[in-house]
Amino acid sequence: MATVVIPAQLRKLTGGKDRVEASGRNIGRLIEDLDRQFPGFREQLLQDGDVKPSIAVSVDGEMGTGGVLEPVGENSEVFFLPALGGG
Amino acid sequence: MAASADGQGYRVIGTRPIRHDGIDKVTGRAKYGADYSFPGMLYGKVLRSPYAHANIKSIKTDKAAALPGVKAVVTADDLPALADKMEQAGEQAINLSQLSANILARGKTLYDGHAVAAVAATSPHIADEALRLIEVDYEVLPPVMSVEDAMKPGAPILLPGLRNKDEGPEKQTNVATHLQFKRGDIEEGFKAADHVVEREFKTAMVHQGYIEPHNAVGIYNADGHATIYCSTQGSFVVRSLSAAVLGMPEGNIKVVPAEIGGGFGGKTTIYLEPLSVLLSKKTGHPVKLTMTRAEVLRASGPTSGSTIRCKMGCTKDGKLVAAQIWMAYEAGAFPGSPVGAGAMTIVAPYNIPNLLVDAYDVVVNRPKTAAYRAPGASNAAMASETVIDELADKCGVDPCDFRIMNGAKEGTPQTAGPPYRRIGFIDTVEAIKSSPHYKSKLEGRNRGRGVGSGFWFNVGLQSSAIVNLHTDGTASLVIGSVDIGGTRAAQAMIAAEVLGLDVNDVRPLVTDTDSIGHTDVTGGSRTAFATGWAVYEAAQDTVRQLKERAAKLWEKKPEEVAFSNGQFTAQGDGVKPMTVKELAGRLARTGGPISGRATVNARGVGPAFATTVVDVEVDPDTGKVEILRATVAQDVGKAIHPSYVEGQMQGGTAQGIGWALNEEYFYDDKGILRNSGLLDYRMPTCLDLPLIETCIVEVPTPGHPLGIRGVGEVSIVPPPAAVANAIAHAVGVRMTELPMSPPRLLKAMLSRRGGAESQAAAAGR
Repeated sequence: MATVVIPAQLRKLTGGKDRVEASGRNIGRLIEDLDRQFPGFREQLLQDGDVKPSIAVSVDGEMGTGGVLEPVGENSEVFFLPALGGG
Repeated sequence: MAASADGQGYRVIGTRPIRHDGIDKVTGRAKYGADYSFPGMLYGKVLRSPYAHANIKSIKTDKAAALPGVKAVVTADDLPALADKMEQAGEQAINLSQLSANILARGKTLYDGHAVAAVAATSPHIADEALRLIEVDYEVLPPVMSVEDAMKPGAPILLPGLRNKDEGPEKQTNVATHLQFKRGDIEEGFKAADHVVEREFKTAMVHQGYIEPHNAVGIYNADGHATIYCSTQGSFVVRSLSAAVLGMPEGNIKVVPAEIGGGFGGKTTIYLEPLSVLLSKKTGHPVKLTMTRAEVLRASGPTSGSTIRCKMGCTKDGKLVAAQIWMAYEAGAFPGSPVGAGAMTIVAPYNIPNLLVDAYDVVVNRPKTAAYRAPGASNAAMASETVIDELADKCGVDPCDFRIMNGAKEGTPQTAGPPYRRIGFIDTVEAIKSSPHYKSKLEGRNRGRGVGSGFWFNVGLQSSAIVNLHTDGTASLVIGSVDIGGTRAAQAMIAAEVLGLDVNDVRPLVTDTDSIGHTDVTGGSRTAFATGWAVYEAAQDTVRQLKERAAKLWEKKPEEVAFSNGQFTAQGDGVKPMTVKELAGRLARTGGPISGRATVNARGVGPAFATTVVDVEVDPDTGKVEILRATVAQDVGKAIHPSYVEGQMQGGTAQGIGWALNEEYFYDDKGILRNSGLLDYRMPTCLDLPLIETCIVEVPTPGHPLGIRGVGEVSIVPPPAAVANAIAHAVGVRMTELPMSPPRLLKAMLSRRGGAESQAAAAGR
């Protein structure tokens, strides 16, 4: 099971927990499993079937590029954070 | 041969060849956006709101349209209505409806200079005259110019449809977003602190200050295709955003990037480009628009002013234990300030177990903000790095040692949570600590030394590259990354290194959106990292194909051919080694032309850290600050062309010093910009600064074939705090407002003297 570190503002969905376990071979499946356990995650994280444009995903310390297709390993650590640009 | 930090010897990488575009640039032959001219071209001008906040009751364009020489007049009604939601447009997350409304106001103007209408005419003078004939009926509304005013209950509302999750779906608000980051237990953290410093900071809105104004020439063809010539940091961004605003298929627009006279983030969006196409469509002629300097300052995107409350605590030994930050950034007229980046960078260089950050994106009646070199980070570092300096003072710890003691390393959690991989923050601090500058004595009255550090994420994103090998053994390198800092030379060096060629035998070509695969913006310090990676792989692809040709000539298998030191070799009698040049002359007989190609969606980005030390002298009678000496150390991964890396470090430092000492937007009480020219918007010139010294630190990015880290941005982050800390050590005044301009600093010094004199007088009684 992967470990998902919950952003501070979404901990209300997990009863205050900052880390939860979820399963899924990619981010899309992981979010589905999160939403099954804690309803509301899909609405917070997805738009039109992909990760919201304003959200970035980190898997095992590396920023993902695949959106919902980003692979997730058995023991991965996953973060959701604001997407950023640069100047 | 220049040796790399990882011991791998390079022949070209690490040297300092003359840039390929240098001669054109210094002789005036280089073509910038405003240089483009076409037969039958018309001139466009934009009518801009004279009010900071107003409803548009009506716009009458008939008199303007009737003026001889005027060929078209457009308003927001000529653009399609777009969905009011965040969408992925190219590499950006953007609300296209708001982008369109920023290009031409829809129903409401939201800042002094907001575009209301545009005309195309046979001369710029007729176009100007036509603007005066457009009749706009405004209902003037009270302006909201600061985050504090915007967040007050009962504040005038800029965007009636704006909502945030905290306040709920029914509440109109000027707060677009609230972000929060939390780690550990903040209350317990501060209980463990022996020293706590808490201060409130204000930073002014500032502009990127590129010397070349925005420009665009649009040519719309009768077949529904259009070409845009413009100065931009991202031709593919211009294509995707213009297509969205105009309601055209992306593939129907070709963008030809011109040479660019500065961008620094401010040219990663669009203003004139869709207007040029819209006017061209209406007139059947090419249409050129260029901004004046006043328009650039009034109506393109500066970066946010901000209010930041920063509270940090440490033990008596100097170990940081807690940080609590409240920050609100000006988004300008539409949501999208870099407050998220500010929140995630403010204490990024440090390992702090207990953390709480609340960050607010707030709309105000100022221009919609755009990116400026590490957007959001300089504001944030001004707060945190000056508080850290105070804590170091209280502990009696040297500011470099304080940073080393608390510095983030591989495995330290970032503010948003993910652990750092291999990074070079402490290396930059140690480089400053051992620098000749830091080791030198600073003597004299009213002189002080200050240190600041900073962080920027850097980004990866998508890039493409093609290597076309010519029969004489030279190569064209085709890329889509606009060159804003010497990257085309660096890309040519990478290709030359891999191919075993002289760097002058590789000709870099920055091309249009039809001629190269998708390439994301030149920004986010991504170009050497990501496009460099694509170039490296494209050159390797070229070598692979050349091995096949050599194998054919030698009647060997490709896997039996080796390539090293610019030569192809194979085992066996009669096999004479060949160089790329020798093999290039045999391409026709061995299979035809060779083009190597590669695309990347670059992963494993290495973030950047910088540490800066500044010496200042303060004039006690005027508050003027002279920068005596400045040194910046930055982790660059691998410096491909050290001169251009140093240039980025120096340029960012210079901009950070301007941000620290002089630059700010002055609005009057009606919300009108009063310093819309470079005489009064005071940026540093070469007369204001010493030569900035540089220490290149190389901690390779793991996984990148050359170890490159992005270098373009982070150097702007430390200077405001470094200068503030130097001022504090010079004259004993802790400045908490940017810029620390002479009137502000003088007032602070007089106030401190007045207080000191009162105390002395009281003691003497």
